[in-house]
Amino acid sequence: MQLIFEMFTYPFILRAFEVGIMVSLCAALLGVSLVLKRYSMIGDGLSHVSYGALSIAMAFGLAPLKVSIPIVVIAAFCLLRITQEGKIKSDAAIAVLSAASLAIGVIITALTTGMNTDVCSYMFGSILAMSESDVQLSVVLSIVVLIMFVFCYHKIFAVTFDENFAKAIGVKTSFYNSLIAVLTAITIVLGMRMMGAMLISSLIIFPALSSMRIIKNFLGVVICSGFLSVLCFCIGIVISYRYSTPTGASVVIVNLGVFLGFCLLAKRKDKIIKE
Amino acid sequence: MTENRISNDKILLSCQSACIGYDNKIVVKDLAIDIWERDYIAVIGENGSGKSTLVKTLLGLQKTISGKIIMHEEVKNNGIGYLPQQTQVQRDFPASVYEIVISGFLNSSKRTPFYSTGQKKAAYKNMELLNIERLKKRCYRELSGGQQQRVLLARALCAAHKLLVLDEPVTGLDPDATVELYENLRMLNQELNMTIIMVSHDIRNVLIYADTVLQLKQSNWFYGTTKQFLNTDYGRKYFGGNETCN
Repeated sequence: MQLIFEMFTYPFILRAFEVGIMVSLCAALLGVSLVLKRYSMIGDGLSHVSYGALSIAMAFGLAPLKVSIPIVVIAAFCLLRITQEGKIKSDAAIAVLSAASLAIGVIITALTTGMNTDVCSYMFGSILAMSESDVQLSVVLSIVVLIMFVFCYHKIFAVTFDENFAKAIGVKTSFYNSLIAVLTAITIVLGMRMMGAMLISSLIIFPALSSMRIIKNFLGVVICSGFLSVLCFCIGIVISYRYSTPTGASVVIVNLGVFLGFCLLAKRKDKIIKE
Repeated sequence: MTENRISNDKILLSCQSACIGYDNKIVVKDLAIDIWERDYIAVIGENGSGKSTLVKTLLGLQKTISGKIIMHEEVKNNGIGYLPQQTQVQRDFPASVYEIVISGFLNSSKRTPFYSTGQKKAAYKNMELLNIERLKKRCYRELSGGQQQRVLLARALCAAHKLLVLDEPVTGLDPDATVELYENLRMLNQELNMTIIMVSHDIRNVLIYADTVLQLKQSNWFYGTTKQFLNTDYGRKYFGGNETCN
């Protein structure tokens, strides 16, 4: 308990909590839809694009968030288009895009600042990276994402469960698909400073997967993932503070632990039902 | 094409020399049919004859290549209830029966983001009608094939109360569940006066229930009552003409 009080005396940890809780909540809610639509890898692809965009912003001395959000949103649109038209298989498209933007990012950093600790913090995250204005922007955008999600919840369910049916009864499915992509893109950019480009996609995938082990209705899964995600983030950051481990990686490990625990729980439940 | 049509029955949907296909490749040529209220139409044909393409076109998921499909105002406003072929994604989806059934109302709640009390009541009514009310909290993926189809049918009822389009609804169902689904459809057709368009491979059963047949064959088509169909060369060859089926 004393440990937690001690943590909150540092303003940068307080900032990390603010942003982290909001972002992990957004990521978990959107993650349910993405995982069920078989789009898990989109998060991963977009985070690499986000890395490329950040390095461009740094090279030109621009504000990182304001540059990378539009770039990643456009990338998300492109990925969705390519996937829907079906000319290139979506997994291949994502792989191409993420490798290309990673390469661009690495070359730009090598030519300008060189490989330094900044680059490392993009890759694997750092809670020191957030400035005061970043925090404000992140919190505002997260709230926008949450509100949009709540208002479009039923439509998102319909588009996720059965896109053809939704389209047949007059739901504008391409609009809602784009909405999911845009919200995901924003969430990823916001989260990647802290979690790192390599690890941010876990924030999207893990909570949804864990909840789906034991909960059998959509609303339940959404609520449970939101809750798990925030909880795992908080535990992760405390561990990271106590043992001086990298924040992003600690959060992922906690998520992994929860996922494995839920798997065991689900197996046990199955056994009991069979008996 | 019921013989005893009531005078105030309306044409719900009318195809006027519509050419249907995809990527500019015509699969069904110059389709000219009228679909009336209370019709029960079986769409049959071999694989690749354009049945699914026809369904997609009727639902507005794709456009006709030429010609047009005219819909009655009531269909335009209420939409078409659709029972799709099952896809792989749905099988492991965490969704309760209630959540799925009520999602049929999304077309009529365009302005508000949440469901109204009336819609919730109607969803319960539709679940009762198909005898799945006791399953409302169960997870969709744990139900039997027949129960799953009835859930999707209840959802389709929420979406529309005039016209239902079903794409191979009995594929993969066991005989009991098949009969049960057909009985449900007969009840919807006869008691609730719903128009039903059903794509099926299960021709023998379909001919017992449907009153009209649309047969698609290599860019050609036949449209007529079940009796007329049984008297075509094809009907005589495979189903022994009019006698076997009353």
